[in-house]
Formats: sequence, C-alpha cells, structure tokens
Amino acid sequence: MREMDVAIIREWVKKLFMHANYYLCDDIMKKLLAYRKVEVSDIGREVLDKILENARLAAESEIAICQDTGISVVFIEFGQEVHFTGGSLEEAINAGVREAYAEGYLRKSVVRDPLNRVNTGDNTPAVVHYSMVPGEKVKLQVMPKGFGSENMSAVKMLKPADGVDGVVEFVVETVRKAGSNPCPPIIVGVGIGGTMEKAAFLSKKALLRRLDSQNRDGYYANLEQTLLKKINNLGIGPQGLGGITTALAVNIETYPTHFAGLPVAVNITCHASRHEEVEI
Amino acid sequence: MFKKITTPLDEQLIQELKAGDRVLISGIIYAARDAAHKKMTDALAAGEDLPFDINGQVIYYAGPCPPKPGMVAGPFGPTTSGRMDRYTPALLDQGLKGMIGKGLRDAAVIDGMRKHKAVYFAAIGGIGALIASTIKSLRTVAYEELGAEALVELQVEDFPAIVAIDCTGRDLYDSEPPKYIGKFEECINEEKVLL
Ligand code: SF4
Repeated sequence: MREMDVAIIREWVKKLFMHANYYLCDDIMKKLLAYRKVEVSDIGREVLDKILENARLAAESEIAICQDTGISVVFIEFGQEVHFTGGSLEEAINAGVREAYAEGYLRKSVVRDPLNRVNTGDNTPAVVHYSMVPGEKVKLQVMPKGFGSENMSAVKMLKPADGVDGVVEFVVETVRKAGSNPCPPIIVGVGIGGTMEKAAFLSKKALLRRLDSQNRDGYYANLEQTLLKKINNLGIGPQGLGGITTALAVNIETYPTHFAGLPVAVNITCHASRHEEVEI
Repeated sequence: MFKKITTPLDEQLIQELKAGDRVLISGIIYAARDAAHKKMTDALAAGEDLPFDINGQVIYYAGPCPPKPGMVAGPFGPTTSGRMDRYTPALLDQGLKGMIGKGLRDAAVIDGMRKHKAVYFAAIGGIGALIASTIKSLRTVAYEELGAEALVELQVEDFPAIVAIDCTGRDLYDSEPPKYIGKFEECINEEKVLL
C-alpha cells in the first residue's frame, strides 16, 4: 500500500497545465519543420513559419501558444495499491486546474451549464477520466483541449460489413468536412471498436500518443499511413488555404467490440495540440 | 510581399485588396466574439446605438487570455468566423468595412460584402502569442461583464493577415484547396519522416 496526499496531484495538475499551454511538444515541432520543407503552397509555407515563430515566442515569454487554452481534460491512471489521503481526489484536480488558469494567465472558457451558459470563471470543472491498474504508481496526463477542433469531431456506428473501407471513408469525410475550422495542420485521433463511448475515449487517448510513434499492430500502423496520405491529398492545407499539410499524423487506437457492430470515433486536434504527462 | 495597410479602411484601398494578398494591419481594430455580437445586434434590433461608431471599422473575431503583468495583451488569436455569420449582414449594413477571423463565411455575408464593399481577412489560428506582440494598446469599450468576450478596442501594429475574401467576393477558401488535391503523394517522395 502506498499513501499519496492529493496535494501532490494538485501541484502536478497545475504545473502540467501551465507547461502544456506554454510549450509546443517537440514531436509536433519536428513534424512542422519536416512539412515546412515539402509544402508546395506559398501561403502554406508562410503559415507554417508563423506557427513555428509563435511557438518560440510563447516559450520565451512563457505565455499560452493559443488563446483557446481549452477545457481541461485529465487522464489519471492509478495503481490499485495507492491510497489517496488529504481529501477528495477530484477536488484536488480541480484545485490544480483553478490555480493553473489563474496564475498562468490562461483563458477561462468553461460554462457551468451547456444551455444556460454562464462562465464558471476558473476553467473548472475538469473532464476527468479515471482508470485503475495493478501496482502503486500514478500516471497523470493532462490536455487543455481547444474547441475549434473538438467541434469538428464525430462518432459513427458503422456496420461490420462496412469494414476498413467504411472506416477510411468516415475518417476522411470527417476531416474534409472540418475544412479550415480546426486550424489545420491537425492531428487526427481515431478510436475503433468497443462501444460508442469507448470509441470516443480511444480517439481522445490516441491524441496523447507521440506523432513519431505508430500503432503497435502492423495492420493498424499501415492504416494510419493510408489515412494520412488520403487526408493530405485533400488539398485543405495549412489554415484551409490550400496545400499538402492538412494533418501531421493519424493515430489509431482499437479495442475489442461486439460482433454486431463497428463503432468509430474521430477526435481532431489542431497544431496547437497540447498535452503533458508525469508518472509519480 | 506584405502590403502594409492602416485602419479605418478607405474605399480605394478596399478596392485594391485582392484575395490572396498578404497584409500587415496597423491602426484601430475592435475585438468581439459571439456574446458581444449578440448584444450588438440586439441593440440594433431595439433601435439603440452601437457602443462604437462602426462606420469604416474592422472587427476582429477573438477572445484573449488575460495579459501577464508587463504585457499589453495576452495571447489573442482569431476564432472561427462562421459563428458570427448570422450577425454580420446587419453590421455590414451599418458600415462595417473589414473583418478578421478564421475560416469560411456564408453566402449572406459574402453578398453583404459585395454590396457594401467590405473585405474579410484570415488571421492564422493558433498563433495567439505572436498576434499579442502586435497589440500596442487595449481598451474595453463595452460589455466588460463578458470577460474574455468583452468588446475591446485594440491598437495594432503590423498584425499579419491574408485577404481571404475580397470585396468582389473572390474567396481563397474556394480557389486554393482544389489546386492541391492529390499533390501530397507527388511531393513526399523519400520524405518518410512525414509518414
Ligand atoms: S483549434 Fe487549436 S489552434 Fe485553433 S484556436 Fe482552437 S485551440 Fe487554437
């Protein structure tokens, strides 16, 4: 049994959200540079240059890369031997978010009620996903998720007979319809299998994976490349103003599913895809 | 390469600006997003005046982060313009001449732009920190209670943007992407790092 004061979680949540908002991930930076070399649209190249310049400027001044500092998504995976002390874990997570958004000069974008839209003023509550694993470690992943791209995401319950072609069509169509809205270049998270909400969950988890990684299963690693090629052949380009840099990566995650179904979810995030993690 | 332009936009300049032109905007622009647009159009519907003289002015669709001490403005990039489409024709009728945002506009907005000779600039989404560095002063004009959604007057210097839709209705979002359909595979050759 390992005891852990929730104050530790609060501190990490705060630190990670501030850090994630100020510093563009190095894997995204590398992809942007690689695409900058081959982009054929003049406007496209200029846009990519500005994005890279912005990332350097934000890091230097420790200010947010993008003003949409998102709704605060937290994934916490804890060992079943861990015992949290010192109060409510969820309250500690929200306290960390509150402190990060106040002290980090981040925008508060969360409204209390989806229809009666009054701002909560501190970007809480976070959207928290808990999972339990063997052992006594805690893995914390945070993601300030912007909504220009979140709004372009979609779930579809395909028929088993739709197969891989159905998946490809749905993913590519979702990106095509999104057009300029999610601030391309984008990153595409795809969840296949499970149930409706599990597919959606997987598609978001997929966005936490590094862009230079591949699905562990060769079949899905290939599918990631097929999708990326099709998406970048759409012509949307940086900011939807034309070019070959529409997506920097497609990450797929899968799960077993019912023999009567084929759930697929597409979660889109922008070039300002921010996430950080720590294992405590 | 970049055309330096100043606000308010005069008619001759508006006629000269063509879709695809890269511009650096200096002068006063007004930041407003969803909630401020709703309030402005409600005011017009009620026969009241707008909180600022909109004639010849430019509205920037954006809601910032708070500024760090010592900085004029926090990160201040564009938001999706399409959400403002339903409020825009009424503002064009009042003399609005320029809009800055990101993404497509609907047919009613483009018609209004043609009729009243107005121009729509695309700012780059996700470069809020860089855009903040072009803001030299900031003053809340109205709707302070809306926080990040308040109506704010900005003095900008060399704010980078692209003419996305010009006053003849030529639309870069329509004309550019088709040129690159199918081009990705031709371009990547051995650049395996892209895949
Ligand atoms: S989609 Fe991403 S880059 Fe664009 S405004 Fe939203 S958070 Fe920023």
